Amino acid sequence: MPDDPTIMAATTVALRLNGAALVADPSGALFWPEQRTLIVADLHLEKGSSFARHGALLPPYDTAASLAMLADALRRHGAQRIICLGDSFHDASAHERLGSAETTLLASLVAAHDWIWIAGNHDPAPPVGLGGMVTDALTLGPLLFRHVAVDGAAAGELSGHFHPTATVALRAGRLVARCFVADARRIILPAFGTFTGGLDVFEPAIARLFPNGFRIHVLGRGRVVSMPPERVVPTSTRGTSRTADRPIRLGQIRPAPRAPRRG
Amino acid sequence: MTSHIFAMPDDQLPALLPSRFAAWFAERGWRPHAHQLAMLAAARDGRSALLIAPTGGGKTLSGFLPSLVELAAAPYEGLHTLYISPLKALAVDIHRNLEAPIAELGLPIRAETRTGDTPASKRQRQRESPPQMQLTTPESLALMLSYKDASSVFGSLRRVVIDELHALAGSKRGDLLALGMARLSALAPQARRVGLSATVAWPDELAPFLAPGGKGVSRIIGAAGPPPEVAILATDAHLPWAGHMALHAVDEIYQAIKAHKTTLVFVNTRAQAELAFHELWRLNDDNLPIALHHGSLAVEQRRKVEGAMAAGRLRAVVATSSLDLGVDWAAVDLVIQLGAPKGVSRLVQRIGRANHRLDEPSRALLVPSNRFEVLECRAAVAAIKSGALDGERPRPGGLDVLAQHITGMACAEPFAADALYAEVTSAAPYHDLTRADFDEVLRFVATGGYALGSYERWHRLFRDSLGRYQIVSDKAAQRYRMNIGTIVEAAMLRVRVRRGAALGEVEEYFAQGLRAGDTFVFAGQLLRFEGIHDMEVMVSRVGGAEAPKVPAYAGGRLPLTTYLADGVRAIFADPSGWGDLPAAVSEWLRLQRWRSVLPARDDLLVETFPRGKLHYLIAYCFEGRNAHQTLGMLLTRRMERAGLDPLGFVATDYVLAVWSLKPAEDVDALLDEDMLGDDLESWMAESSMLKRTFRNVAVIAGLIERKHPGAHKTGKQVTFSSDLIYDVLRRHEPDHILLRATRADAATGLTGVRRLGDMLARVRGRITLRALDRVSPLAVPILLEIGREQVSGSAIDTMIDEAAAALIEEATGVPPQSHLPL
Repeated sequence: MPDDPTIMAATTVALRLNGAALVADPSGALFWPEQRTLIVADLHLEKGSSFARHGALLPPYDTAASLAMLADALRRHGAQRIICLGDSFHDASAHERLGSAETTLLASLVAAHDWIWIAGNHDPAPPVGLGGMVTDALTLGPLLFRHVAVDGAAAGELSGHFHPTATVALRAGRLVARCFVADARRIILPAFGTFTGGLDVFEPAIARLFPNGFRIHVLGRGRVVSMPPERVVPTSTRGTSRTADRPIRLGQIRPAPRAPRRG
Repeated sequence: MTSHIFAMPDDQLPALLPSRFAAWFAERGWRPHAHQLAMLAAARDGRSALLIAPTGGGKTLSGFLPSLVELAAAPYEGLHTLYISPLKALAVDIHRNLEAPIAELGLPIRAETRTGDTPASKRQRQRESPPQMQLTTPESLALMLSYKDASSVFGSLRRVVIDELHALAGSKRGDLLALGMARLSALAPQARRVGLSATVAWPDELAPFLAPGGKGVSRIIGAAGPPPEVAILATDAHLPWAGHMALHAVDEIYQAIKAHKTTLVFVNTRAQAELAFHELWRLNDDNLPIALHHGSLAVEQRRKVEGAMAAGRLRAVVATSSLDLGVDWAAVDLVIQLGAPKGVSRLVQRIGRANHRLDEPSRALLVPSNRFEVLECRAAVAAIKSGALDGERPRPGGLDVLAQHITGMACAEPFAADALYAEVTSAAPYHDLTRADFDEVLRFVATGGYALGSYERWHRLFRDSLGRYQIVSDKAAQRYRMNIGTIVEAAMLRVRVRRGAALGEVEEYFAQGLRAGDTFVFAGQLLRFEGIHDMEVMVSRVGGAEAPKVPAYAGGRLPLTTYLADGVRAIFADPSGWGDLPAAVSEWLRLQRWRSVLPARDDLLVETFPRGKLHYLIAYCFEGRNAHQTLGMLLTRRMERAGLDPLGFVATDYVLAVWSLKPAEDVDALLDEDMLGDDLESWMAESSMLKRTFRNVAVIAGLIERKHPGAHKTGKQVTFSSDLIYDVLRRHEPDHILLRATRADAATGLTGVRRLGDMLARVRGRITLRALDRVSPLAVPILLEIGREQVSGSAIDTMIDEAAAALIEEATGVPPQSHLPL
């Protein structure tokens, strides 16, 4: 019923993982109220300028947009701690390209929160100069935080890396949207970053991590919607050469291999 | 400008047509057409020329004749004549036809094609030793102009011939060509231009395409043949209420094919083509050679059909607009238009493909597929009788195309901004381009054009010590050259028979909906879907006659023109003319007049009625599907705010239907013009149609590349990433040049906003509301479309909300969108 608050007013979806109560936020973040902790994956800051370096002059506003969205999510949930699940920076020199406004905003956010950077494949060594704690993985109570999900991991794993998207079949047609992928043991978060692409949840790289199936919670316009399993359908791109390590990236431009340093 | 129908006295003939040419004509039993001689006269006087003539009548030869005569008189070193055609295939066919006079007259002329299919070795040879005549496309011209040797290659040029100018002017390809022509006039100021066009509603707009302001352009009007004989099929079968396939009439179409030598069956969509072809072959007990032709079939397949047609081996071809243009086929003696014509000019051009001899009338048969289309066909026949034409005037040139052109010019040689601005504004579509807009586009090409200015280090153009712009690297130039063109296709997947040939392409969107074992019709064959491997749709051929799916394609559906819509309204308004309508149709109109009211000529009729648990609002706007889709989006937003709980809408070319849980009462307020303000703005923010438009603009302008050296990106990846860029840009730099280009495109394109705005202004205070207790006769067709319509861009916008609606359905038992078994 339209005026039923549980249907129309809810913008978030409540999830449980290994005994922890979590809230899936439409921004793509996950909030853990008990610990006042916000969890985000794959910010890919300075992805725009990374492309610009290689000739594709994408709008330079992606970092500002991602950080504004992040600040908003922190504020809305009243988070004290934030865990970034890796690939927070698009490449090794990304933090050097941050604009001054973005640097200031990020610094103030880091200063105001208990900040944890988990290393990813794009940022194996997140810049320490920005403050916060840097680690490869983290265990907090019943939950384990890392960049890439690990086969056979214990229950309670939270990760990113894959930028999951789901194709949802609706009467009017199909829609591709970013999503949380969840079962009783793990949750994979959608990419939070502004220019990040996606990988379909039925791609073997993701699907194999959920041998008993998954629940999909897609990011809609201002709300998270849990999809009945029959509405989530494979896209046509299965069986292609896209691999887990290379989620679709804009333009698939990769940094040129760096010349070995002499000296 | 004055128009002339040239009648050349015989004694002037020798002066214009050298004796060996006259003899060549005579050998064939031909007499030069008056317009062919007029073209020679224009050439003699050193003037450019615009030839407007119906199909047939040797129009293309008219374009080449002055060049042939000139080259026969004196052999020429270097490129003399450049011929530009909108179709690669047409360039190839024209080349073949041109070889005959060259060989038979023994002229010292080398004529060669230069298209995207030309092998690199031949291109290289052409650059080193240019042929006298080169036949090419707008895209290949842009490519050739981007090379550093462009000025030496084109410096010798004497004539440029543009074929099917009416098909190019007003499109982005036309913009690209106009910019290329502007560069050609700088490189070869001596070259004269010749434009060949079908009869159009706005001939005055074409001459400026050939020379700035149309100066020095002779306008030559070819003699018109007798008026065509156009009939509407008076079917014996039951005339459907809705649908677009006209399958009720397939038997009658088959009989018409049998009764004629060669028939061209035109349809409006590729899906219609597949279905009609499938159904015709089910009836084809005589095994008549009937073929299929549309733009998604493999090129080899299309060439085979065209070849068979040229050789007179076919009795019929079912075709989409893929055969609207092309070389003449003398044998065609009947054109069938299956489904509504949608526009008068297009119908006239299609009909002109029958009977190319000018002394005999073309014959055509219109087959409406539903009741509204009967009215549309009537309006079209009336328009043809009165000689009226329709079609949009060419709009100003796209800023995205300009960005592409500027990049190309920077690849060719360093340019000064002042000089390039002067050159660009000499092209007709950019005549009114302001210097500020030009500078902004230039800034976009150079640095991305962002206010933030953070990309100075990574610009694409750099300025030399003289302040001239040039491309930053050979690699950047290579990337530009790989991405030339203005046609951005939807993501397509190749269809291949297992271990066999590729049949053509379907949209990825369609392939996504298939499951292994599903059957569908494509390339005229019944196929079973096996799976997708390496981005190809693998299929096997199957027999049987199940009801298969037919691939749908988002593009290609033209909205009803304003002119025809007006004609349909005129029929409603004049019951005295209903006498010769099919009985079922006049009965339908009479019933409507009795149960409700007929739409008046200048008013907007809106009906409301309850049905089941839902309330319907039907608006008879007649503004075309695109404008109706947009109105549907805006109207449902307003109804939502008014607490009416709208649940869905469906739009056709004629009508919009919206349904809601509560009845709409204040229709005047709902349809107020102000919905084009804030509502439109906020809808634009999210509209997938706008995002699709932006994607095209971003690709054309070079922000997103279709092809990248060493990597191939599918269209799908472009879609996904461009949406994100659109969102970010809209939020941070709403006036960015690419967003302005997007809005300009959207106003006339997919969203039909301009037409919608005109209508809302027109009907202000003239809305007739009929609150009925049940569905009216005129509303039945649109209700039948519910759930049958293909997914449109705007529908996708509502999908997430629809998921919520599905929950509402579970909670309340009220179906958000019911199928209506009428």
